[in-house]
Amino acid sequence: MTQISDAVGGVPTAPPGERVPLEPAEASEAPGTAGDKAVTGLSHTILIIWSILVILPMIWVLMSSFKTSSEIFASPFALPQRWSFDNYVNAWTDAGIGSFFFNSVIVVFGALILTMLFGSMSAYVLARFSFPGSRALYYLMLAGLTFPIFLAIVPLFFVLRGVGLLNTLPGLILTYAAFAFPFTVFFLYAFFRSLSKSIAEAAAVDGAGEWRTFFQIMLPMAKPGLATVAILNFVGLWNQFLLPIALNTNPDNYVLTQAMASFASQAGYSVDFGALFAAVVITVVPVLIIYLIFQRQLQGSVSAGTNK
Amino acid sequence: MTTLTSGGLTSGVSAPPGGLRRFGSARWRKRNLTFDKITFFLVFLVIPVAFYIAFVVSPFVQAAYFSLTDWTGFTPAMNFIGLSNYAKLFSDSTFLQAVGNNILMAIVIPIVTLGLAMFFATRVTVGGSTGGNVKGLRSSSFYRVISFFPYVIPAIVIGLIWSQIYDPNSGLLNGILTRIGLEQFTSFPWLGDVRTARWAVMFVIIWGLVGFYMVLFIAAIKGVPAEVFEAARIDGAGRFRTSVSITIPLIRENVQTAFIYIGILALDAFVYMAALEPGGGPDNTTLVMAQQLFTTAFTKGQFGYACAMGVVLAIITLAYAGLVFAVNRIFGGKSEVGE
Repeated sequence: MTQISDAVGGVPTAPPGERVPLEPAEASEAPGTAGDKAVTGLSHTILIIWSILVILPMIWVLMSSFKTSSEIFASPFALPQRWSFDNYVNAWTDAGIGSFFFNSVIVVFGALILTMLFGSMSAYVLARFSFPGSRALYYLMLAGLTFPIFLAIVPLFFVLRGVGLLNTLPGLILTYAAFAFPFTVFFLYAFFRSLSKSIAEAAAVDGAGEWRTFFQIMLPMAKPGLATVAILNFVGLWNQFLLPIALNTNPDNYVLTQAMASFASQAGYSVDFGALFAAVVITVVPVLIIYLIFQRQLQGSVSAGTNK
Repeated sequence: MTTLTSGGLTSGVSAPPGGLRRFGSARWRKRNLTFDKITFFLVFLVIPVAFYIAFVVSPFVQAAYFSLTDWTGFTPAMNFIGLSNYAKLFSDSTFLQAVGNNILMAIVIPIVTLGLAMFFATRVTVGGSTGGNVKGLRSSSFYRVISFFPYVIPAIVIGLIWSQIYDPNSGLLNGILTRIGLEQFTSFPWLGDVRTARWAVMFVIIWGLVGFYMVLFIAAIKGVPAEVFEAARIDGAGRFRTSVSITIPLIRENVQTAFIYIGILALDAFVYMAALEPGGGPDNTTLVMAQQLFTTAFTKGQFGYACAMGVVLAIITLAYAGLVFAVNRIFGGKSEVGE
């Protein structure tokens, strides 16, 4: 548990008592032997090459997003003749990236709220009470985590059509929430288990009902865990691609990921590559900014979420 | 109090105060089944789980059943045809090719990605100079932040970016290669040549995932007490030896989890393919099961047959997970990352 609270508290590193200085030590690197220096140099070289491999495509995309299609075809390196935001305007309005962006926001936040609320409630019940069938529920959640979504996709299409939610944003919200549910429950189950039972019992002795105990005592205590799982769910749902392209084929309701895919396949004919690059930048930049601000918490979440 | 806290969420359940009190004092069986408790269980567990069953579990079960029918989806006619769909699958050379492609990817991608991730993770945590304290390389947080970045880019966008980089004429890759004098790569179709397509695609997936697993391993390594590494060093273990004999065995469980996560992803790979090779690649060398399933279902309307593909995909996924567990058990105490 130290791990989780550390992670979300923004200090995803050492539990107390650990002595590895993990950040680049200010302490002067000991001279070491020649062989030692060679290993260090080689390590740096490989890491730098990898960093370039990651950064270079981003810079290239950014540069290309200001070029006209003919400039893009002329040379992959040449800087744009003039720095104009035409491509961005085209991508945002003509290609409709703006409205798809908002669809994504609605769907992802709608699903996030649902799954966090109900996921935390179910996790709490499973963690605190034992009742007949709780073991079966556990396996039911595990199945939802393990089986590929692809197995479910065809019947899911007809389930949604049956309830009239196919090709609608609410249908997508419910589906997203349902598929994020088992992970949320799994993660928070472990978290609620670690919270002391005696606190809930004390609340009961003081006359708090189950509802009140949960919302006023247990939920606030679970905040670090909630933040972690919310971050992970957000990234996962924001990147979701299969569910929307199978269940949400009405172009007005496209979410960002599927709109990008369809824009790219259209661009193959109308060849507005400049706008395509601009759309990529529009998609990446908000996430990049959030990432740079929250990168410690996010990386902490990843380790907390997967090192169970 | 009960009514106050439950009011907001159970507005549908209306109980008059009198009824409430009667309910509250009633003792059912041995447990205190008060109104508070009943609504609590109903809203907290029964409703969410019912939803979950309707949207997740029931489709899984239905898929298993549909796979035994010749259903086309848009007519109610659904004949039970036993295992014919499966028999057909095993003589469907395109699907078998997709299975082969997926299996190759499920071998190459985890080994390369996790190998690189482990290398980077050990460098930035305990890979620093062998003098002084056990520490990581300088600038380690820079490497960590940069490497992790692709994780926050949607996979479809990663695919789109790389499909532009690989573009034969205006792509960055051929631009660089011709610039440094390798003229044979002018207009070389990386994604369109049988020899390169699958490797080009796998590289993109690896590129997108290394940072995520690097962060995962970094966290795991930080959980190992520093004394262990110091002791290894005093005993004369070099940096490579330390990684192989100390670090990896100590974080075996994390490595196992990572293998399962990434293997499931490599057996899917649908998103990347949708951006890079929507048509299955040259001679179907990059076709994956998921693509074939999607086309069979939503383009051809052969829902029963598509469900059979889904079942095969699920079985292969479970078999893969089982294999990872088995390997970890067999090599108990040793690494499963080593070649």
